[in-house]
Amino acid sequence: MSTFLGMPGPPLRGAEPLRGAEPFPAAAEKALADSQLRRNLAHATSTIRAKRAAVVAEVGDWEDLRDAGAAIKADVLTRLPELLEQLEAAVTARGGAVHWARDAAEANAIVTRLVRATGEREVVKVKSMVTQEIGLNEHLASEGIAAVETDLAELIVQLGHDWPSHILVPAIHLNRTEIRDIFRREMPGVPADLSDDPRILAMAAREHLRRKFLSAKVAISGANFAIADTGTLAVVESEGNGRMCLTLPDTLITVMGIEKLLPTFADLEVFLQLLPRSSTGERMNPYTSLWTGVTPGDGPQEFHLVLLDNGRTRALADQVGRAALHCIRCSACLNVCPVYERTGGHAYGSVYPGPIGAVLTPQLTGIDGPGDPNASLPYASTLCGACYDVCPVKIDIPALLVELRARVVDAERGRKVPGGWAAAMKAAAWVMSDPRRFAAAERALGLGRLVRPRRLPPPFSGWTRSRDLPVPPRQSFRSWWHSQRGGR
Amino acid sequence: MRIALIATCLGDALFPSVPRATARLLRRLGHEVVFPAGQTCCGQMHVNTGYLAEALPVVRHHVEVFSAADFDVAVVPSGSCTGSIRHQHAMVARRGGDEPLARRATELAGRTYELSELLADVLGVTDVGAYYPHRVTYHPTCHSLRMLRVGDKPLELLRAVEGIELAELPGAEECCGFGGTFALKNSATSSAMLADKTARILSTGATVCSAGDASCLMHIGGGLSRDHAPVKTVHLAEILASTREDPA
Repeated sequence: MSTFLGMPGPPLRGAEPLRGAEPFPAAAEKALADSQLRRNLAHATSTIRAKRAAVVAEVGDWEDLRDAGAAIKADVLTRLPELLEQLEAAVTARGGAVHWARDAAEANAIVTRLVRATGEREVVKVKSMVTQEIGLNEHLASEGIAAVETDLAELIVQLGHDWPSHILVPAIHLNRTEIRDIFRREMPGVPADLSDDPRILAMAAREHLRRKFLSAKVAISGANFAIADTGTLAVVESEGNGRMCLTLPDTLITVMGIEKLLPTFADLEVFLQLLPRSSTGERMNPYTSLWTGVTPGDGPQEFHLVLLDNGRTRALADQVGRAALHCIRCSACLNVCPVYERTGGHAYGSVYPGPIGAVLTPQLTGIDGPGDPNASLPYASTLCGACYDVCPVKIDIPALLVELRARVVDAERGRKVPGGWAAAMKAAAWVMSDPRRFAAAERALGLGRLVRPRRLPPPFSGWTRSRDLPVPPRQSFRSWWHSQRGGR
Repeated sequence: MRIALIATCLGDALFPSVPRATARLLRRLGHEVVFPAGQTCCGQMHVNTGYLAEALPVVRHHVEVFSAADFDVAVVPSGSCTGSIRHQHAMVARRGGDEPLARRATELAGRTYELSELLADVLGVTDVGAYYPHRVTYHPTCHSLRMLRVGDKPLELLRAVEGIELAELPGAEECCGFGGTFALKNSATSSAMLADKTARILSTGATVCSAGDASCLMHIGGGLSRDHAPVKTVHLAEILASTREDPA
């Protein structure tokens, strides 16, 4: 982070993985002041955007695949209880153990107990969003267990005492010089003159991680998919470090959000086409690991699956909002979002940033009054619609954002003294639902020709910080039309 | 054809040259233009800020005014207002528990068109006989592109304009950062997006930046003016209405 004296620092991290310390506009303002961050993000997101566009364009039936993906996810959500029980039975039949966690605290306690039972003090981790969501690493650390991230970008973020800013590319906010500096400072045994050549950096990480893989007895992963009818779990990745974790240790603990289910093995056909093209912009990701329970003599001999709710059934009960649970965490919406591209992920205050984070985060946590930073997330979008266009499971994010905005507004209706926005919107509705009042307002606007202020008071000061006001016309259109007797 | 003009609140109050140009253009093409007098606003600002209960009377007023008017199709010189009428009005009515209003809104939306849609899809014209001897770059606007899917229709109309020199806008499909009240609530982010958009506009060497939405142009124009940039903003309707005899 390039922070100098007198400049705002990076956005403040909240105590919770799904809630920032400050509302989005304040956090964004700080992030925008970091010009290095802006350059890093613009370069990275435009590169991934172009890759995605190219590999999606070569699939003739892409729109059909999106429809199929959306239909399968909608089916899963309507049959979730029955499919989860089917998954539990299948995993158990193949020698795995299934655990149910209502929330982050329960999931963290279960995982801690399972690691304790092995007697180990260090675990290796496969990159996983859900363990970020529950703050598992921090919890394990408080219990005296070290969790080592093995995904390269997650490792960078962990070594930098930083936090992820992107679903797929957690260190997207850092460039290679910044990464080199973190390695020099935090990675044991790296030479003091380590260069910032990406290949050299990858080799340093590889050497560091190989030592961890060869000694680890316990691994923790998330899951991209779980197949209800076979009990098969799936992780897709690029580096092979996940494969190391999923095969070398004796014990594997997988934490999975309950919405990650697919009904049958054949459904993978759709999602293994949608996910890599949408996320990394590759035709197929380099490593796809599938495992079903325990296979004697091959891979982990103890397998635990922790099924996590953590607000998901609340979102599921919501007929409009449940569409956000279709999300397969590809992050295509982050890469095309003009807001994300400029603010980066930390400004959202949640491990789920960007457009999907702005709908998913407040649904998972609920909104705790107008002062809740998460109440600002549905407004962190221009509703430009670029996210909806690229979503592989067709989540209409702009429509969901509008719906969530309406709920934020509705929740504030009970207040005795309406806020500035509520008063302004009520007044505007009063004017705009009546032509006489509207015409009177237009005449009043004409006075603006006399005074054309360069700075307006709040909330309109947001406009004049970077834009001039339009000059009001001498005559409104309707007044001209009538004066011309029908515009002739 | 008898065409009802939806001037939009912004066009009516702040940019009257836009609805005037729309009426002039359609008359030149041989159509009758009517302006249902009671019209005010589509309510988009309320909807997109989350004030759906406040939007309800605005939507109801729009539906009542236009249901009572006699016309074949309605035209809107704005992609985002057309988008709101087509994709939000019925939702607002349903959320307010008014199913009959939702049905009437849907019927009305079915014969309401954004200007380039009306010209290309309903009237079937590409060359509207316009003359505009300037170097122009076109910003396609988010809601025209992704809510209405107008595609290249505005550009095809512009390509047929005599004397025009079209300069391709880099990153054209990216939002200018307006987003209605987003520009106020998230003004820092909005300003950062605008700065990138105006830099790209300047890179084209165009003297005119055009779009199909007065609101986006108000935003872009406000930024260009603040920077004293030598580029003016002109709505698509004004370019298409411009002729040798009566230039814009």
